[in-house]
Amino acid sequence: MRVLVIEDDRETAQFLQKSLKESGHTADLAGDGETGLGLAGEGTYDVLIVDRMLPRLDGLSVIKTLRTNGNRTPVLILSALGEVDDRVKGLRAGGDDYLTKPYAYSELLARVEALGRRTVPEEQQTRYSVGDLVLDRLSHRVTRGGEHILLQPREYRLLEYLMQHAGQVVTRTMLLEHVWDYHFDPQTNVIDVHVSRLRSKIDKSFDKPLLHTVRGAGYTLRDGPV
Amino acid sequence: MTALSERIIKVFSTTAFRLTVAAVIAFVIAAAVLAGVLFRQTNSILTEQVLATLRAEARVLRTDALGGGIATIAEKVAALSRPDGPGLYYLTDSAGVKLAGNLNRLPPELEASPQGGVFSYNTALSAGGSERGLAVAVPVDIGGGNTLIIGRDIEAQRAFADAMKRTFLTGFGLLSLLGLAGGLAVSRFTLNRLDTITATSRSIMDGDLSRRIPVQGGGGELDALAQNLNEMLDRIEGLMSGLREVSDNIAHDLKTPLNRLRNSAEAALRDPRGGEAYREGLERTIEKSDELIKTFNALLLIARLEAGPLEDSLERFDLGALVEDVAELYMPAAEEDGFELTVEAAKGVEVMANKQLIGQAIANLIDNAIKYSRVSSAGGAIRVAAGRRGGGAVISVADTGPGISAADRERVLKRFVRLEESRTKPGTGLGLSLVAAVARLHHGEIRLEDNHPGLKVDLILSERVVIQPLKGQLPGDERALLAAK
Repeated sequence: MRVLVIEDDRETAQFLQKSLKESGHTADLAGDGETGLGLAGEGTYDVLIVDRMLPRLDGLSVIKTLRTNGNRTPVLILSALGEVDDRVKGLRAGGDDYLTKPYAYSELLARVEALGRRTVPEEQQTRYSVGDLVLDRLSHRVTRGGEHILLQPREYRLLEYLMQHAGQVVTRTMLLEHVWDYHFDPQTNVIDVHVSRLRSKIDKSFDKPLLHTVRGAGYTLRDGPV
Repeated sequence: MTALSERIIKVFSTTAFRLTVAAVIAFVIAAAVLAGVLFRQTNSILTEQVLATLRAEARVLRTDALGGGIATIAEKVAALSRPDGPGLYYLTDSAGVKLAGNLNRLPPELEASPQGGVFSYNTALSAGGSERGLAVAVPVDIGGGNTLIIGRDIEAQRAFADAMKRTFLTGFGLLSLLGLAGGLAVSRFTLNRLDTITATSRSIMDGDLSRRIPVQGGGGELDALAQNLNEMLDRIEGLMSGLREVSDNIAHDLKTPLNRLRNSAEAALRDPRGGEAYREGLERTIEKSDELIKTFNALLLIARLEAGPLEDSLERFDLGALVEDVAELYMPAAEEDGFELTVEAAKGVEVMANKQLIGQAIANLIDNAIKYSRVSSAGGAIRVAAGRRGGGAVISVADTGPGISAADRERVLKRFVRLEESRTKPGTGLGLSLVAAVARLHHGEIRLEDNHPGLKVDLILSERVVIQPLKGQLPGDERALLAAK
């Protein structure tokens, strides 16, 4: 996908450009808010990565202007500011996701890919399937190979999120934010235990595992090799 | 020189000195009026006395004159008229020819006043020249057209009155000077004390926070001021040393992991295995940077919370539901570690608070309970509860672990304090300080108690964040109405 990185720190920008290219995406760079706004306004990008503090025009103003002009390109906000209320401000300005510096590249990549592939509105899809695993959003039923799998409510939501992002890498923080709606650090890796419980239900008695751990990044649900 | 003159100008321009000058001027005016009145009174009393004596003598001489005739009187007057005596006499016949007496002529002042009065005269001195004197005189009616004037020198009385006047003036002058000097001294003293205060504040501003303004112990206003300023300085110094302690701890707790990070990178570089070792080294480096980032984030968050309220971040939510939710997040991990995690959350406790921060606080408390209360591999019991207490609410997390001794309970709330026993466990050492900061932000506090055995931590939220339940429909109870909506 095509990504526009609006970031004034050259080193960070070039690191992101190089890394995104290695991950199979193309990235353009803009060093200040005005240039960024001009490039983004062309509407040819799948995802925008916007730093909050930019010379000339700050990140939030860039996003606000884009949204006012009807540009709906998904935006990931990057910020060095703490996440207590800055996050709320960022999302209120029209950002779709918020990542605090310093971040792991794997986290950024997972979020960019999640944003870029959000083409079909989630609410309209009533049925997800990965391989022979099927989740019916209307009946709240999960089956694998036709066999009914009984899940706890939280396990159901965890699987639902993983299925929405099937084939993509989903990080622990993304799960915490979207499945639990928590934007804080739970200190220990409590998410891992939840995922392994879900895995024991959907994968254990079947030959082919669908829920994979991506080392150093998170999890992915996919039918096929990682 | 200029410093001295500046100082003098400073003294003269003090309020104390100006007040003193005003007081001295008033005193001098009063003293002058008093001295004038006294001088006049004394003079007239003394003159009256002399006049009385003269009138008595006049009566005697008149009797003599009526009995013995002019010759007897002339004889008598001649006898009384000693050149150096106090008495002054002048006797003439009807033709105005002098018959006897020590005055050479009738003083012009007396010609105008037949009742007598004050006049001046000259006495020829043996050494030559003359001495001017002052006297009072009365005429004596001796009949036969003759004139007798008798007088007395009042120079001595006049000198007494003058001396009195001088004494008074000198006295008042001295008193005025003393008053002025006193005023100067008071101003100087005040100025000196104020200069001390200024100098002390100056050196404190230059960085020496241990300086204090000297208190003289007289209990005066300046002492009270000095004491207040000193107490303020104590408070500031306390806060500053707290801050210093924090930064020392930061230095320690961040430098240690930074050093470990560096060591591990260095060790990987030196590893003869090359490629594989580099990979492992870099992975360790990332892991260790992540730990550092966690510590930094926690520190920044605490600093942010302590800086004051967060704008627009309050939302209304059910406290019990949040507690159950967070506990549920930890449930599988706790079970894995052999803990029995139970939740008892009251229903319908609505609060207006920062949901993420309260969630973080609950998470920290449960995480601590799991981390620090594992006595053996068997785990233990962790009980999480939430409910109303008084007008406020309380969230409590209790474990059955080793607990914290009463002496250490205060200490663990401080940043970076990790009891020796727990130094080896993972964590930033900021968990409880963060909970305490969250509590303070919500006008509450955190309390550590003995759980017999184990530790019970209460996170208390003040009634200001808890939405009060409906107590019937009290008129004007807006909060209740709000809650009803």
